Amino acid sequence: MKEFQKGKMVPMPSTALIPERDLGKIPVLECIHVGIEFGGLKAVEDFNFTIGKTEIAGLIGPNGAGKTTVFNLLTRVYTPTHGTIMIDGQDTKGKTTVQLSKMGVARTFQNIRLFSDMTVEDNVRVGLHNRMKYTTASGILRLPSYWKKEKESHERAMELLSIFDMQDMAGLKAGNLPYGAQRRLEIVRALATEPKLLLLDEPAAGMNPNETGELMENIVKIRDEFQIAVLLIEHDMKLVMGICEGICVLNFGKIIAKGTAEEIQSNPEVIKAYLGNNSMEG
Amino acid sequence: MKKGLKINKTATKDYITYLVVIAAFIIITFMNRGGMLNKRMQGLLVPVCCYIVMAISLNLTVGIMGELSLGHAGFMSLGAFTGVVVSQSLITAIPNDVIRLVISLAAGAVVAAVGGFLIGLPVLRLRGDYLAIVTLAFGEIIMDVINCLIVGHDSEGLHVIFNFRGDKTVADLNLAEGGSAIIKGAQGAVGTKTIATFTAGFIIIMITLFVVLNFVRSRSGRAVLAIRDNRIAAESVGVDVMKHKMIAFVISTTLAGMAGALYGLNFNMISADKFNFNTSILVLVFVVLGGLGNILGSIIAATVLYILPEVLRGLQDYRMLIYAVVLIVVMITTNNPKVRGLFLKIIPKRNKTEGGEAQ
Repeated sequence: MKEFQKGKMVPMPSTALIPERDLGKIPVLECIHVGIEFGGLKAVEDFNFTIGKTEIAGLIGPNGAGKTTVFNLLTRVYTPTHGTIMIDGQDTKGKTTVQLSKMGVARTFQNIRLFSDMTVEDNVRVGLHNRMKYTTASGILRLPSYWKKEKESHERAMELLSIFDMQDMAGLKAGNLPYGAQRRLEIVRALATEPKLLLLDEPAAGMNPNETGELMENIVKIRDEFQIAVLLIEHDMKLVMGICEGICVLNFGKIIAKGTAEEIQSNPEVIKAYLGNNSMEG
Repeated sequence: MKKGLKINKTATKDYITYLVVIAAFIIITFMNRGGMLNKRMQGLLVPVCCYIVMAISLNLTVGIMGELSLGHAGFMSLGAFTGVVVSQSLITAIPNDVIRLVISLAAGAVVAAVGGFLIGLPVLRLRGDYLAIVTLAFGEIIMDVINCLIVGHDSEGLHVIFNFRGDKTVADLNLAEGGSAIIKGAQGAVGTKTIATFTAGFIIIMITLFVVLNFVRSRSGRAVLAIRDNRIAAESVGVDVMKHKMIAFVISTTLAGMAGALYGLNFNMISADKFNFNTSILVLVFVVLGGLGNILGSIIAATVLYILPEVLRGLQDYRMLIYAVVLIVVMITTNNPKVRGLFLKIIPKRNKTEGGEAQ
């Protein structure tokens, strides 16, 4: 863990969009005044956020702040009512969830959504859906392209599973895995889609400190090996402060602070949002 | 290592399904040759094959795709009457029964595929039980439409009247000398030359198995399973939900059309009322009792439940009672965890050494 911290932590000025250092190139994610209203209720408002190509960013905030709504906007589960979301320089206006996946946005879910009746390997292979293609007809007739692609996708799935040392579980039913392994499998499945931006919704929820430590190392490892950006929602501050190079704090749908771990920790707005006014005085 | 085991396991399961069907075919063929089957049983052979295909294909929609279809008999009906019309109108052009049968089955399959596509186009976009409602209506509509059809064939080609007022008869077709009516409205198809054979039935079962099993083990099949398990997650990894549901549904209706064509060509008269709501439910019962997603289960359930009422015919009035009791017992023992637990408690105690094997 400590090895990573030395090289990877990049300090940033609090006023800058995240990250400062990538602003010259095309950022992988660019949210410009993004907002969504549900019948008058502004769930997310004026959300401005930028993530560089190989950034690990964190999205934190109290319960109900709109963090998961941001993920749903980024993956077009919800259509934003205001603003623009650019992925790798491309506007996502009018795109569907499936098209967003093809553009390179992959996610995990807060309440795990695996294909629980399928095997671990098949879960990953569904993730490879748009990367190892052959027609339905050649699948039914078992033409050479079927055998070739199936072999490739098997090998690729095993390779991806090996990130978390899960090759031995390949034949097990995903629903029968222990909780931590299910969370890891969701990440592997997301990685199978070859994303440019990986969205992790509370990846450490329900994990013990050892598992969380491992997860932190793995997230950094994934970023380094795949050269992708990671945006994560997490309540475990050790994880967020430990690996996130830029942090964005959300409260009641609005960004109240952006910056590095140290800046966020000392920001009075953030402390107020987390602890409330009364507890500050008391 | 474990991976290798797993692949073998699913592949073995498929091979067992194929083997069971092939073995059953060989045994029944020999029994038939040896004169061990009575007339009534012989008459059941082709319909059983058709219903097995129906059950497997419906299992693709209900068990594997996870959408309820209540109008599977409607697609069978489309296939049946298409098959009959094609076969009867080609009777002079292609005297060879086998070739005509193949063409008729293909035509039945194609028409049912088009029907499935048109039904799926609006309905599969929606979430919820709309497919059940629309297919239910489709089955009834198709029945009424065919009841209004008068179709005849002569040297000039096909003559079709859509008799929606009910005042037309076969005479209105103005058939030329030597022409004959194929479908006579509510009477259905009459005077069909029966060209369906048990071998043909066996072959369409094998085709169905080949298509369905290979589909499930392919990229598209995995996508369909993923959609059933978790639609939101499937979309998030880039699976086009509509497209893959459509592929599965069209395959399902195509196979039903093929089964229907064979069924239609097995009887020299058949009316559209045969393919009513009850038939759809009968096939659904085969699928549910055989186990959702379990292909071999569908085959066994279709065979047993289709033949059972015929075998029990000697018991006269009691046969439907026994049939009902068998249905209920199977349903309860396979689906109710409490009762299943109770059965397992009673049964393995008798032979505790084998207890481990009984789940």
